[in-house]
Amino acid sequence: MENNDKLIIAGHEFNSRFILGSGKFSLDLVKAAVESAGAEIVTLALRRANTKTEYNILDFIPKTVTLLPNTSGARTAEEAVRIARLSRELGCGDFVKIEVIKDTKFLLPDNYETIKATEILAKEGFIVMPYMYPDLNVARDLANAGAATIMPLAAPIGSNLGLLTKHFIKIIIDEIKLPVIVDAGIGSPSQACEIMQEGAAAIMVNTAIATAKNINEMAEAFKLAIIAGRKAYLAGLGRVLNFKAEASSPLIDFLEDK
Amino acid sequence: MFYKSMEQIKSDMLEQVSNLTNDYDYNIYTENDVQKTLNKELLDIEDLKVLLSPAATKFLNLIAHKAQYETRKHFGSSISLFTPLYISNYCENQCTYCGYNCKNNIHRGKLTIEEIEKEFKAISQTGLEDILILTGESRTASSVEYIGEAVKLAKKYFSSISIEIYPLNTDEYKYLCRCGADFVCVYQETYNKKRYKQLHLAGPKSVFEYRFYAQERAALAGMRGVSLGILFGLDDFRKDAFSTAVHAYLLQQKFPDLKIGFSVPRLRPYIHEHKEQNPHYVNEKQLFQALCAYRLFMPFSDITISTRERAGFRDNVIGVCATKISAGVKTSVGGHKDDAKGDEQFEISDPRSVDEIVDTIKQKGLYPVFSNHIRL
Repeated sequence: MENNDKLIIAGHEFNSRFILGSGKFSLDLVKAAVESAGAEIVTLALRRANTKTEYNILDFIPKTVTLLPNTSGARTAEEAVRIARLSRELGCGDFVKIEVIKDTKFLLPDNYETIKATEILAKEGFIVMPYMYPDLNVARDLANAGAATIMPLAAPIGSNLGLLTKHFIKIIIDEIKLPVIVDAGIGSPSQACEIMQEGAAAIMVNTAIATAKNINEMAEAFKLAIIAGRKAYLAGLGRVLNFKAEASSPLIDFLEDK
Repeated sequence: MFYKSMEQIKSDMLEQVSNLTNDYDYNIYTENDVQKTLNKELLDIEDLKVLLSPAATKFLNLIAHKAQYETRKHFGSSISLFTPLYISNYCENQCTYCGYNCKNNIHRGKLTIEEIEKEFKAISQTGLEDILILTGESRTASSVEYIGEAVKLAKKYFSSISIEIYPLNTDEYKYLCRCGADFVCVYQETYNKKRYKQLHLAGPKSVFEYRFYAQERAALAGMRGVSLGILFGLDDFRKDAFSTAVHAYLLQQKFPDLKIGFSVPRLRPYIHEHKEQNPHYVNEKQLFQALCAYRLFMPFSDITISTRERAGFRDNVIGVCATKISAGVKTSVGGHKDDAKGDEQFEISDPRSVDEIVDTIKQKGLYPVFSNHIRL
């Protein structure tokens, strides 16, 4: 499947649909998790990368992996734009995941500021992947502003609460042509599988792996679940009976043309 | 009574904290209350009361496990490192418990800008990116401009700059923010006004209310984060721990984008100490209970563990409730590069170097974070 079914983001092809968040790991575990999960994209908090010590995350991520710097720490569109530009200056490439968060308690994204930042950065040639609260109107605005993907949250960051916003994500998947990457809140491989089989293009996971007893095993479990979900989506899910059909109680006997 | 130069802002936060604290009777809670709180996902002020009660002590192990779970959820395995640098120990206050008390006959000193840079360089060479600049509380000896120059210089060496100085007016915080400071730490010491008056005999620090509103003024000035602290051992620790958390909670509600931190050291021996001034002794178990209560009540907040605590305690609270630890600490004026220029504020219990602390963090399966902030 990997050879024929690629994740395509702004013309860049990826075999893996698993994006690894790295903010909560020991760096040596990031490397191990990348290998176990077969991840080809790893997020990078720039506020963590800008260090002079041996503990620089850039040294622990294999060179074949695409870095996805995020703008965590930004409270406004302007701050997100500055972080993105700094990231490019530091040689982290053109990909950027927009995170604009004004709320330190639940870390919910500010959709309005996210749209503004997306518009500015897309015009500057960045490949913009905005993290957002799943709202169809906002997703449309982001698409119009030049976003390369849409990254709706499933639940608050770090919560492992699962697919609390599943129906709204599904609406975005159905209505928006861009790849929809589900980001934040996914707590288990089964949830990743569930939203992949609904048509999500990829999954981003951090806390669920970082807090697992065995990080490598959990990373691999996510990898397999995402592959399974994708296969199920491509295969087309079978029908689901939502009600009990009572054929013995006829409702069509009154029709003239039998 | 406010000094003429002290700004008064419109806020009822002190009244709210005082009312809630006055109403808090920690003896009324039962084991059943504790169990109910531990089964909740999102905690409120009633739960905070329960977690700080004597009834919760029996459940400390369970509370610690829940705290560890929350810490992992919000911070993963990351532990942030920083070090303090005292640039002056001149002080205009007369605080009965403090080594810097202006009546104490200690060796006073203040670093020149050149000396500050030498200290910054020496600290930076240890790999640290996060600095806390401290002064004694004297506007005369350590003016806002002097502190501002130190902050501007710190930008060359550090990604994150915090200040722990005398409380300022909003426009002064704005100035230091422009210079490059992003975080402000203020210790209220105790929230019991009556006790506060007994402990702070003279000087601007004796104005309780001005100090209380320091974090709010810092937030209004655009600082990205504030840290709240008390000194356990000055008064009833359960009430003080409660007031601090409620203060933090109200700040977060008023300024949702403000990063909140807690730092609650215990009173340590200091020069000219009089033992009888420490009747509210807080033991390790009680300190740990308070730290875990903070983690569960505000799981997203930073909790710093002080070098006033022994290494064995510090090593075991990181990752469970604490997320920030100081390393290579000196509480004298300077002393990282050249000989110290002034006496220490208090004795530390954990003199380990940055490398030693980093090794400990790694041995515990945690991840030492040097840089966790971008100055914007």
